[in-house]
Amino acid sequence: MSANASTTVVLDAKIPKGPIEDKWSNHKASVKLVSPANKRKYTIIVVGTGLAGASAAASLAELGYNVLNFCIQDSPRRAHSVAAQGGINAAKNYQNDGDSVYRLFYDTIKGGDYRAREANVYRLAELSVNIIDQAVAQGVPFAREYGGLLANRSFGGAQVSRTFYARGQTGQQLLLGAYSALMRQVQAGKVKLYPRREMLDLVVIDGRARGIVCRNLVTGEIEKYAGDAVCLATGGYSTVFFLSTNAVNSNATAAWRCYKKGAFFANPCFTQIHPTCLPQAGAGQSKLTLMSESLRNDGRVWVPKKKGDTRPPDQIPESERDYFLERRYPAFGNLVPRDIASRAAKAVCDEGYGVGATGRAVYLDFSDAIRRLGVDVIRERYGNLFQMYYEITGEDPYKVPMRIYPAPHYTMGGLWVDYNLMTTIPGLYALGEANFSDHGANRLGASALMQGLADGYFIIPVTIGDFLADHRPDGLTTDHPAFDESVRAIQDQVRRLLSINGKRTVREFHWELGRIMWDNVGMSRNEKGLKQAISDIRALREEFWKDVKVTGSADDFNKSLEFAGRVADFLELGELMAMDALDRAESCGGHFREEYQTPDGEALRRDDEFCHVSVWEYLGEDNAARRHKEPLVFEYAKPTQRSYK
Amino acid sequence: MKFHLKIWRQAGPDQPGRFVDYTVDDISPDMSFLEMLDQLNEQLVKENQDPIAFDSDCREGICGTCGLVINGMAHGPKLGCTTCELRMRHFPDGATITVEPFRADAFPVIKDLVVDRSALDRIIAAGGYISVNTGSAPDANSVPVPKHVAEEAMDAAACIGCGACVAACPNASASLFTAAKISQLALLPQGHPERERRVIKMVEQMDLEGFGACSNHGECEAACPKGISITNIARMRREYVRAIKNGAAAAR
Ligand SMILES: Cc1cc2nc3c(=O)[nH]c(=O)nc-3n(C[C@H](O)[C@H](O)[C@H](O)COP(=O)(O)OP(=O)(O)OC[C@H]3O[C@@H](n4cnc5c(N)ncnc54)[C@H](O)[C@@H]3O)c2cc1C
Ligand code: FES
Repeated sequence: MSANASTTVVLDAKIPKGPIEDKWSNHKASVKLVSPANKRKYTIIVVGTGLAGASAAASLAELGYNVLNFCIQDSPRRAHSVAAQGGINAAKNYQNDGDSVYRLFYDTIKGGDYRAREANVYRLAELSVNIIDQAVAQGVPFAREYGGLLANRSFGGAQVSRTFYARGQTGQQLLLGAYSALMRQVQAGKVKLYPRREMLDLVVIDGRARGIVCRNLVTGEIEKYAGDAVCLATGGYSTVFFLSTNAVNSNATAAWRCYKKGAFFANPCFTQIHPTCLPQAGAGQSKLTLMSESLRNDGRVWVPKKKGDTRPPDQIPESERDYFLERRYPAFGNLVPRDIASRAAKAVCDEGYGVGATGRAVYLDFSDAIRRLGVDVIRERYGNLFQMYYEITGEDPYKVPMRIYPAPHYTMGGLWVDYNLMTTIPGLYALGEANFSDHGANRLGASALMQGLADGYFIIPVTIGDFLADHRPDGLTTDHPAFDESVRAIQDQVRRLLSINGKRTVREFHWELGRIMWDNVGMSRNEKGLKQAISDIRALREEFWKDVKVTGSADDFNKSLEFAGRVADFLELGELMAMDALDRAESCGGHFREEYQTPDGEALRRDDEFCHVSVWEYLGEDNAARRHKEPLVFEYAKPTQRSYK
Repeated sequence: MKFHLKIWRQAGPDQPGRFVDYTVDDISPDMSFLEMLDQLNEQLVKENQDPIAFDSDCREGICGTCGLVINGMAHGPKLGCTTCELRMRHFPDGATITVEPFRADAFPVIKDLVVDRSALDRIIAAGGYISVNTGSAPDANSVPVPKHVAEEAMDAAACIGCGACVAACPNASASLFTAAKISQLALLPQGHPERERRVIKMVEQMDLEGFGACSNHGECEAACPKGISITNIARMRREYVRAIKNGAAAAR
């Protein structure tokens, strides 16, 4: 059960030499290049069309490479990035408020609770400014001031205004920018687009990523594609929790199957839970809607003092309400960071104080603010959000307190990559949320969009050339037997799923897994719960393969079959997440281990023992995964303990 | 709540389709239309029947994946919302609801309620972009854009590409979709160098895909979940005439 950590390989992050501010420039100046005439002889497979995938595919094609680009949706423009609302950070310092590349770097490292790689994060901050330039040139209609220059806002508690935004649709507009660049290359014949495809396997030949195998989601056909390198930009895995803010097709399958082919998985237990989401409307609902955190600026969070109190909120007198955040954190009150607010809300609901039909919600009450500031001020500040809340719940938050509940939102963990974004499989790269990323143990608001675009527009076009220059095209086609081997394995799995014909639906298994994950591998974890989760997940997985019911056929548009494959992978990933959380005997960022807290309930980091990336190697179905470590060295941003006193 | 559903079932593109009756019970008024269909599908799987195929992803009205014709209206009876945002409380308990795919020649049915909207991608590919390679952009603040222009461009850019405008139009025209992109880029200074070429190419592609012509019914605007205005269509026409006058050579 415990991790087998006896043998360790050296994980070389390939961090360039030199002072931190010169590393990326030095690296760019020293990487090998592929000549323009030769680029067209290479084929690069890009899986995913979110911010990371679309920007990578477009930029690589502009350079002259042939690109094959895949996504699950019917159009690349619908990738999950489209749903990001708040904004994107960049160290432009247009506001003259003291921002700089260094400050963004420092904030990101600190926000990540000192569990990210300094060199990567510095590069990210450096590239942030180029992203805004690129997006504006593409016609992304960011918010502007009356003078015609770009507007900024401060986001997620940052002390500077560095967030660029396009109303509440920043992700959509940035994605449409990247998508338009992508479609231009499709028209130019440099990108071939494969929508409604799901990558189900990575083909590794002579230790190198050489292709993928997909299921055509319309015809059911298993298709093979060969290339000189593969870039995975397939997003995060929050949907392992069943309930999450992610789109319903978000999944871990591509990354997970690469893990099983030898790509190491880093920090799987680092997940982020967002405190202000709309609670579930019924047991069957999996997708939760996120509302901006800014609501906590004026809303007060409370639950009734009496367990199971079913009176409507306006009939619960002031003296019978528990403003638990204000009570427990008098200094910060309702504005404590995401993880603390989320944890406290779950705790009161678990104790039986929750409100609403499911008992899994707390009130977010604006009545004091409305009395103090007047309804017009509140409408001006939060009108859109109140409207959205009203549309979804049918309740008017000007009159009745909102009900909110935390939900899984983002995964900092992912495939391990070096400075070049290459995984442990040569020729396989991971970009965007799919890699273990620059956010350490906790991501700051408005930084995911930045990272996905930095990876796709600016990093991969440089670093992939360095690899390809040493790996000339060799005419490999999908006739190579390794492809057929993959196809057979997938067909076997599909047949198996369809033949079980048990009693429980895929959704029921997913729901059950989500419950285990949420209770034991969610925002508050302890040894006992994690061990329980590991054994519960194993049992559930066994049951899945005995009792799942998947209807329909293999050669058809078949959603149940699609979802069955994804849930099968979640049933494995969930176990690894629990193992990682068990192994990391400290609290940091979004990972809170109850055994490791300060007397006042703050996360207790243990830098002496855990200042590393935990990197897991797959050793086959019957063996426990092996944990390796990449030590983290902080030369510039010296670790300090987080405090919200 | 309880509902009677008449749902379009069609096994594949070249197969005949028909309405099939279903009944769902125990539906909470706060459920979305798609969650109601999820519940029906769970029921069907348990009864060994093929679940109803429909598309969705974000389930919050931004990705444009979902799209059903509900009681004859694209995205259903409620204005300004997508199918995934529509809640069951907007229907009377016990109601009979018909559910069909978005219908248009240019949107062939794949299965049941799922259609192929790739024609919309090809319209964008024909010219819905500003030709700027990665890395060649000047500083973002080097070209000021008046606030009201940026806002107007954003109004047009808010299109989610769902295709409801096509489904609602008696001519199955994609004019609102195409015009929204043309407007966004024609309004912004960055889009000016290519504006003539762009409008000619995109309109040409729209026709090639088999979408109908616009005859000013205005159904598209009413069905659009994002409230995209038909003034964009007027702007597209103006841009088109302008391009033709300035010599279609620019388009080649
Ligand atoms: C509601 C919400 C709001 C957010 N708001 C913000 C914000 O304001 N600011 C911010 O910085 N971040 C925000 N985030 C986070 C951010 O949106 C994501 O982290 C980021 O967009 C991920 O981009 P990506 O390109 O890595 O992946 P995605 O956009 O998730 O794209 C994944 C792509 O991979 C494809 N894919 C996946 N699996 C397969 C497979 N097996 N085969 C083929 N294709 C596959 C998908 O089809 C898709 O094209 C938000 C997230 C959510 C959920
Ligand atoms: S599912 Fe995304 S808009 Fe409806």
